[in-house]
Amino acid sequence: MDIQVSELYFTFRGGSEVLRGISFEIRAGSRIALLGQNGAGKTTLVKHLNGLLKPTRGDVRIGDWNTREHSIAQFARRVGFVFQNPDDQLFKTSVAAEVAFGPTNLKLDAAEISRRVGRALEVCALQEVRDAHPYDLASWQRRWVAIASVVAMQTPIVILDEPTTGQDAFGLARLAELLDEWKRAGVTVIAVTHDIDFAAEQFPELMVMAQGQVLARGDAEILNEPALTERAALDAPQLMQLARALGWQRAPVTVDAFCAELAAKK
Amino acid sequence: MSILRVEQLSFQYLQANRNALRAVTCEFEPGTVTAIVGANGAGKSTLCFALAGFIPHFFRGKLQGKVYVNGADTQQTPLAQLVTQVGMVFQNPFNQISGAKLTVSEEVAFGLENLGIARAEMETRVARTLQLFDLQHVAQQSPFALSGGQQQRLALASIFIMEPPVMILDEPTAQLDPHGTRQVMKTIQTLAAHGRTIVLVEHKLEWVARLAARVLVLDKGALVADGEPRAILSRANAWGLIETRYARAARAAMERGLIEKKELLPQTLEQAKDWFQIEG
Repeated sequence: MDIQVSELYFTFRGGSEVLRGISFEIRAGSRIALLGQNGAGKTTLVKHLNGLLKPTRGDVRIGDWNTREHSIAQFARRVGFVFQNPDDQLFKTSVAAEVAFGPTNLKLDAAEISRRVGRALEVCALQEVRDAHPYDLASWQRRWVAIASVVAMQTPIVILDEPTTGQDAFGLARLAELLDEWKRAGVTVIAVTHDIDFAAEQFPELMVMAQGQVLARGDAEILNEPALTERAALDAPQLMQLARALGWQRAPVTVDAFCAELAAKK
Repeated sequence: MSILRVEQLSFQYLQANRNALRAVTCEFEPGTVTAIVGANGAGKSTLCFALAGFIPHFFRGKLQGKVYVNGADTQQTPLAQLVTQVGMVFQNPFNQISGAKLTVSEEVAFGLENLGIARAEMETRVARTLQLFDLQHVAQQSPFALSGGQQQRLALASIFIMEPPVMILDEPTAQLDPHGTRQVMKTIQTLAAHGRTIVLVEHKLEWVARLAARVLVLDKGALVADGEPRAILSRANAWGLIETRYARAARAAMERGLIEKKELLPQTLEQAKDWFQIEG
């Protein structure tokens, strides 16, 4: 299911213009990290992709649906959304009930719901707390409950807003596994993140925003352009910074690529 | 003399089935920056709450051992008195903003009002604090109209103005972009230069290496390492910490026989530049 954004403008009621003429297409199965400063408009943009916000001008199409013409409930079948603050989406009294909420709304049969919930809890390492109240969990665990709720929906498109916040090495590894799984399943994943190293390692495509506009789109190589990173107030990935500091011509962003370059230099 | 002393501290939250902290003993010297690191659930925030007196005064549970702030036993000292000694900044600045005040300037003054400080003195301190945290340009805006970085600096400022000798910062940059993170880290350096004792919980290890003189590692509630940052962080992956890419690349280069094995791994760009240049 492709995503089509055309000439998108958005102004909060009585406020300033947050999105200023954004157009792009995201093909089904793409995996894109959306980068930019706080206030660049990243979250506002992705909230248009599940119909949570409607354009002031322009159009957003998810497959054959224009977001103006369908409800948020309808979009829940197409786009899974993990909020930056998990507390914005958790409201049930147990972790399992929270994860079951979406599939239940899809009117799936009981066996299928139970299968999906079990699977989502497993992938997100939540089995041990399945009966706990989400609010008795730590914030990093609540984030996993929010992710599990989206996993259980099996939507063709998944949006993750700052998925790495508060995660430790185990959480990041689990997130990387989940991204792999979505890749194999052909799911489109769009992640908003400040974690530039994670973005460069996990996503083949990056999109950089500043002041309500898209400045650039491409692979991690685009971050090797100081004019761009300065304008978007981003840091280059650590290994790219290191390669530059060492005076290398090429600037690898993964540990493997860095070692390959090091081996070639020896 | 240590300004903070923790003796054999164990704590179990009400309704929890295991201890969040297990017999933790440590001391903090005045005017130092110490980082606390550990995987999720290791007890970092719980230790912060205990250092700031929120345990036992706010969070209930089974407490053993002692925490002394400037010699005062936190269990015997009311929270109202402890807050003049220890200020705590939370992960999410939204949780810290009172919501009762219309402007940034009033929000910064909020804590002082409750102390009954003279108006003129208050105005001087507010102006100075706004300046220090680079908030003077937004002084008349609503706290909720600020960017994430500005809000986090406002949270820091509203604690700083109380002039507590100790500041406990629990992942103060978790919600921030690189620019906001840099601003907050710079502010922490300023605070340390003003002689404040800083205890910082932080996942971003490059910043830990750059800011802290000492690192404590918590693992399943126990204090498992305490020492100089680079030596400690070189073993980061043993405790579920997110290694810097510099350290990860160094480890991979050693494993692949590209570089001879060494004990200390680079944690900052500067260290990495030296590490790979000398060897490469």
